Amino acid sequence: MITLTHFLVVSACIFSIGLYTVLSKKNAIMILVGIELMINAAILNFVAFGKYDKVSYGGQIFALFAIVLAAAAVAVGLAIVLNVYRHYNTINPDEVNQLKDK
Amino acid sequence: MESILFYTFAILAIGSALLLVNLKNIARALFLFFIVLFAMAGLYLFALADFVAITQIMVYVGGVLILMLFAFMLSNKELLKDLQDNSGSFLSMPKWQAIPVVLGFLLLMLYGIFEWQQAPSTWIIQSIENGNNITATDNNIHQIGLRFMTFYVLPFEIISIFLMMALIGASHLSRKERTL
Repeated sequence: MITLTHFLVVSACIFSIGLYTVLSKKNAIMILVGIELMINAAILNFVAFGKYDKVSYGGQIFALFAIVLAAAAVAVGLAIVLNVYRHYNTINPDEVNQLKDK
Repeated sequence: MESILFYTFAILAIGSALLLVNLKNIARALFLFFIVLFAMAGLYLFALADFVAITQIMVYVGGVLILMLFAFMLSNKELLKDLQDNSGSFLSMPKWQAIPVVLGFLLLMLYGIFEWQQAPSTWIIQSIENGNNITATDNNIHQIGLRFMTFYVLPFEIISIFLMMALIGASHLSRKERTL
């Protein structure tokens, strides 16, 4: 029997791994991957709780909204990454330290 | 049988996520990310969310992963920079500093989950008593479509306009600069 706690523990593990990716990687693409992992953990929580809500289906519908938001975030984020790479020739977030043109 | 499959998917997701973090090769890490997304879609099935699982596979694998591979290939010179270990700012702490932060966060969340398990929310108990939870024989897609067009129509419209804005903005950001 799979209870709600199983889902919550898996989701907590995935969230922590995503947080670790964001904190420790030096590549903007890997940081985006970490953010996606955290969003996926949140979606798993939505879906697991939504199992108990047959009237309004809030969990599944907001899981779909979260997927759409994640896709939009990735599209804009990767466009910014490519622009930063064109300007600085690097995508290490440490070395990107000014907003104006060089 | 059900729990064996669940544990397989959970171990697949967590294991490949751990391997993803520790790999230096970004292309391999992105393909491991693909496996994590598939395993997460399998986990959604266990929460009886079939439509969400299919959407996850279509959106992430069809769109997001391809975009990430493109961005990786267009900024390819960075492949070796990840190996050298210089740090200064918060965003790129060396690993030994990030590990206690993340472990502390994980322990905090696990503590919260097990405290919550002792006395779960009343609406969940009520929903189980009233037979108000989704069962495997329900027609999920029909119900979701109905809710999208009636109860959740305002968030649905807002999210569609937001998505259009984001996509136009992304294509505007990544256009070629015209010299004036």
